[in-house]
Amino acid sequence: MEKHNLTLSGLGRSFGSTRAVDGVSLDIGPGEFVGIIGRSGAGKSTLLRLINRLIEPTDGRIAFGGQDITALKGKSLREWRRQCAMIFQQFNLIDRLDVLTNVLVGRLAAHGFASSMAMHFTDAERALAIRALDRLDLAPQALQKAGTLSGGQQQRVAIARALVQNPRILLADEPIASLDPGNATRVMDALRSINNEDGITVLVNLHTLDTARAYCDRIIGMRAGRVIFDGGAHQLTGEVVRDIYGSDDLGEFNESVTSTAIRPAVDA
Amino acid sequence: MTAAISSSTAIADFERAFAAHRHRARMQSALVVIVLLALFLLTADFSNFFKVAQVTLSDGTRAERWILLAGLPRLGEYLAKTIPSLGWDTLASDIATWFWRWKIWASLLLETVLIAFMATALGVAGGFVLSFLASRNLSPNRWVLTITRRCLEIARTVPELVFALIFVFCFGVGPMAGVLAIALHTCGSLGKLYSEANENLDMRPLEGVKSSGGSWADQIRYGAVPQVLPNIISYTLLRFEINVRSSSVIGYVGAGGLGQELRTAVSLQEYTDLSALFIIILVSVFIIDWGSEKLRHRLIGLERT
Repeated sequence: MEKHNLTLSGLGRSFGSTRAVDGVSLDIGPGEFVGIIGRSGAGKSTLLRLINRLIEPTDGRIAFGGQDITALKGKSLREWRRQCAMIFQQFNLIDRLDVLTNVLVGRLAAHGFASSMAMHFTDAERALAIRALDRLDLAPQALQKAGTLSGGQQQRVAIARALVQNPRILLADEPIASLDPGNATRVMDALRSINNEDGITVLVNLHTLDTARAYCDRIIGMRAGRVIFDGGAHQLTGEVVRDIYGSDDLGEFNESVTSTAIRPAVDA
Repeated sequence: MTAAISSSTAIADFERAFAAHRHRARMQSALVVIVLLALFLLTADFSNFFKVAQVTLSDGTRAERWILLAGLPRLGEYLAKTIPSLGWDTLASDIATWFWRWKIWASLLLETVLIAFMATALGVAGGFVLSFLASRNLSPNRWVLTITRRCLEIARTVPELVFALIFVFCFGVGPMAGVLAIALHTCGSLGKLYSEANENLDMRPLEGVKSSGGSWADQIRYGAVPQVLPNIISYTLLRFEINVRSSSVIGYVGAGGLGQELRTAVSLQEYTDLSALFIIILVSVFIIDWGSEKLRHRLIGLERT
């Protein structure tokens, strides 16, 4: 597989008079594990949706290798979404369908109208889906309705769906924000192993700093739609953090208060 | 100390705002009640509910009477005419005389139910497809939304009998006109009901399908249909019940089913035939209502487990 950089140049999106994402330029190399942090409303979620083209940018450009992603339409746009899988805070699974079918949704970009409407998938596709589920320890639940699973399991089903897309990039929008610490760890570990073993680039929005520090090679800090920090975890000093979260009025910033890691909170 | 002062003024502010809010809400509901009452009285007057007129009494004299009260006894008179003479000793033969055309009626009853079934099937298919185009949250664009909605409105506002008259003119007397008339009306009203169910969808599963490269049709098929299916089944079975009733009168204009017998009985003043037909329709509608309710509950119950 060819290795391409994902390049955002001057990417922006306005909702009315608010600039949700404002002139973001980034270059993300193949196989990077990038964490995006920032307070609520900083534009993290909009940024990921722009990359997947769930939201249209108002200005700027997205490129992958030599391809202009912002210009894609129809079939080639669906092909791009296939390459750049996405998982969500609320999992966005179809509760009333079984887990296996939910995973097979990841194959739809390659399907024609008739086979897709008939929910007809090949044996090879089903085998691929089961292998993906097994990798996330969910093969026994394959025939259960997705809505009956726990949050952590649902998020792993979403990751399995992303895997069968055979993607180059995985976008994760607050994947652990609605999970307890144990499940959060399993989901983050799954993302890390996908990144390590399959060489898939991972971009993940996080709201807990310690998770970002623990998992990400590179951390991007956003504030009011702009990128104000881009560097390694070790460069993320208390001053930078205060700047990103705009917590001047909070006095001392205590990371362990918001932490979801399994360890006793320590005094700052 | 300052905190205590500011909080007491905050509470006083709230009390004032709350009193004003409550006053406004009361004025509004009083206004609504007055307007509704006025409308009710107006429409009641318009439909002659308060009319006093010259009526012929049972002894043949004429007098000023409130027509609502004067007309009520005639209802009993009419019903009494439709009751056949049944005697204990001759019960079997009396009933046989009452339902003297039972062979024709049975085959027309079958035709009635088949018209309802076929019309429901066609209407469901059309309404189902159109409902997605007519839902604000799912429609591909505003033009499609507006055009589909207007079409559905036309299909459901024109009464079935009018459609039936048109189709009898086009396709001749017989069940086909009835099927098409009821199907068109069903398509219009189910399309509307389905689209309202669609508008209450959780959009997140659709976003999930879209984000993995699914087309618009894929989002509907995988994200929307499983969510709205129980509603759709429920509305469809209810509609089938309604359509059995519709198809039993649509024969009045020659569009097949029991209705043509109703028309003959009314115009020839065969009162006992009318009561026999009413009983047939009542019993079959009751059986279908009961069966489809059982089925509906069972399907919804099954869906939940």
